[in-house]
Amino acid sequence: MQHDMKDIATRMRVDIIEMLAAAGSGHPGGSLSACDILAVLYFDKMRIDPADPKDPDRDRLVLAKGHAAPALYAALAEKGFFPREDLVTLRKSNSHLQGHPSMSTTPGVEMSTGSLGQGLSVANGMALAGRLDDRDYYVYCIMGDGEIQEGQVWEAAMSAAHYGLDHVIAFVDHNRLQIDGDNDEVMTVNPIDEKFHAFGWNVLTIDGHDYEAIGRAIEEAKATKGRPTVIVAETVKGKGVSFMENQVEWHGVAPTAVQAQEALAELGAQ
Amino acid sequence: MNTATREAFGKALAELGAIDRDIVSLDADLSCTTKSATFAQAFPDRFFNMGIAEADLMATAAGLATCGKIPFASTFAVFAACRALDQIRNSICYPGLNVKVVGTHAGPSCGEDGGSHQAVEDIAVMRSLPNMVVVVPADDVEAEAVVRAAAEHVGPMYLRFARLASPTVHEEGYEFDLFRGEVMRDGADVAIIACGMMVPRALDAARQLADEGVSARVVNMHTVKPIDEELVVRCARECGRIVTIEEASYVGGLGSAVCEVVADRCPVPVKRIGMPDCFGKSGLGAGLLDEFGLSAEHIVEVVRAL
Repeated sequence: MQHDMKDIATRMRVDIIEMLAAAGSGHPGGSLSACDILAVLYFDKMRIDPADPKDPDRDRLVLAKGHAAPALYAALAEKGFFPREDLVTLRKSNSHLQGHPSMSTTPGVEMSTGSLGQGLSVANGMALAGRLDDRDYYVYCIMGDGEIQEGQVWEAAMSAAHYGLDHVIAFVDHNRLQIDGDNDEVMTVNPIDEKFHAFGWNVLTIDGHDYEAIGRAIEEAKATKGRPTVIVAETVKGKGVSFMENQVEWHGVAPTAVQAQEALAELGAQ
Repeated sequence: MNTATREAFGKALAELGAIDRDIVSLDADLSCTTKSATFAQAFPDRFFNMGIAEADLMATAAGLATCGKIPFASTFAVFAACRALDQIRNSICYPGLNVKVVGTHAGPSCGEDGGSHQAVEDIAVMRSLPNMVVVVPADDVEAEAVVRAAAEHVGPMYLRFARLASPTVHEEGYEFDLFRGEVMRDGADVAIIACGMMVPRALDAARQLADEGVSARVVNMHTVKPIDEELVVRCARECGRIVTIEEASYVGGLGSAVCEVVADRCPVPVKRIGMPDCFGKSGLGAGLLDEFGLSAEHIVEVVRAL
């Protein structure tokens, strides 16, 4: 599994670089940091079938940090929701691949996101619907660490715990950087684990680039009854492309053609 | 009979809940006064109190809608339109989700709570959102019909209800058409286009004008968006003058919607009556309406001066 997952995640990273270079804009840093989590979800853990995309029993994923859309699109294309050739149309005016995920245009996208802080509430709503209908699907929500500065995240954290939504499994992609700099310089978010714990959540902290650890955490979350789980994934912004790693400058800038070649060569060697 | 449209909302929603199991209700700690509590009592498993958290309320409703539920998310109009606007925009209207946003206690008739609680901008704000349908029922009979129509219409909708009881102007069994305005009284000299609890006042004004020999048509434009353009154009052509009245700011609401149609398709003089460009204040709801010029007498004066 490790080997396959590494291959898949590397292909997704290649796609992300190619997409962003073709688009000339977008967010590489947070796409690359969330890539391994998405790979494990889409290619190991999530119950989804591109041939039956509206199956009411399917697992759902809300990419609350919508600016990581390239990583989601790479996973969806790899999974077969739409042709891989579509990827290079990202952010173009005739493309179904919007700059931030749009459920109205892109097959496999479960929720339109982009304005930060709303995804966890949406995930809660999906989980409440599943409970009402006696369905057993899980709802995954991927948040950014900067995103949890939004007050609504804590409204949603409160309500997920209040309603005991044990089918909500949230991730915080803790890459420690946001547009204006280090999280804690911009606005202190730490300690993330203690905050969620105080709100009544089951909290797990893992290495967000360790496929085995991601998988184990998801299984542990599923085994936890009566409360939601948040997995604080310690990640590296720009992971996999050495000159992007831990560099805040790569939050929202696309690589030039030359930089993209350099990044692809590095990924190809992996 | 004098009943507040919010009362009719609670009753109609509870009735619908018995018929359609996909209907769910969410509120933000105001269910006793928005009247979603009527539904909550009947169907506690399908009611979700989200606490005092309107942003979470709206986006949770969006999540429920993605799974085929028909959520009615209720709170005061001012909190829906202003505090939760981003959630209504990005999580409901942008993906076109089937959420019914219910705003009660709209307008100055909300009364004693004062300007902080009296939505004056909600019609304008909601009307500007792509995909949104905006409905302001005139009385309790129409409010019940609007709730039923909301459950049938697939897509985002804003339902505006009032705190204050107001006169019933529709017979039971009135056939409501969501996308067609209603001519409640015919007339040829001027058309008074109203919505919400201004409709009975417009009818009063028309009766007073009739005594003066002025034949006023009264239109109940319950659906402000998409507005019944053909009816507006017909009013412009056949009456030549239009007065609009709404219990909201005269900036951007029903009056503006009518002006847009008239300017595009059949320019005639239009006079808009609404809250002047100001916030409300504490006082008795009915008294405040008169004070802000939202009265039959003011309509008559405006028509005379046209």
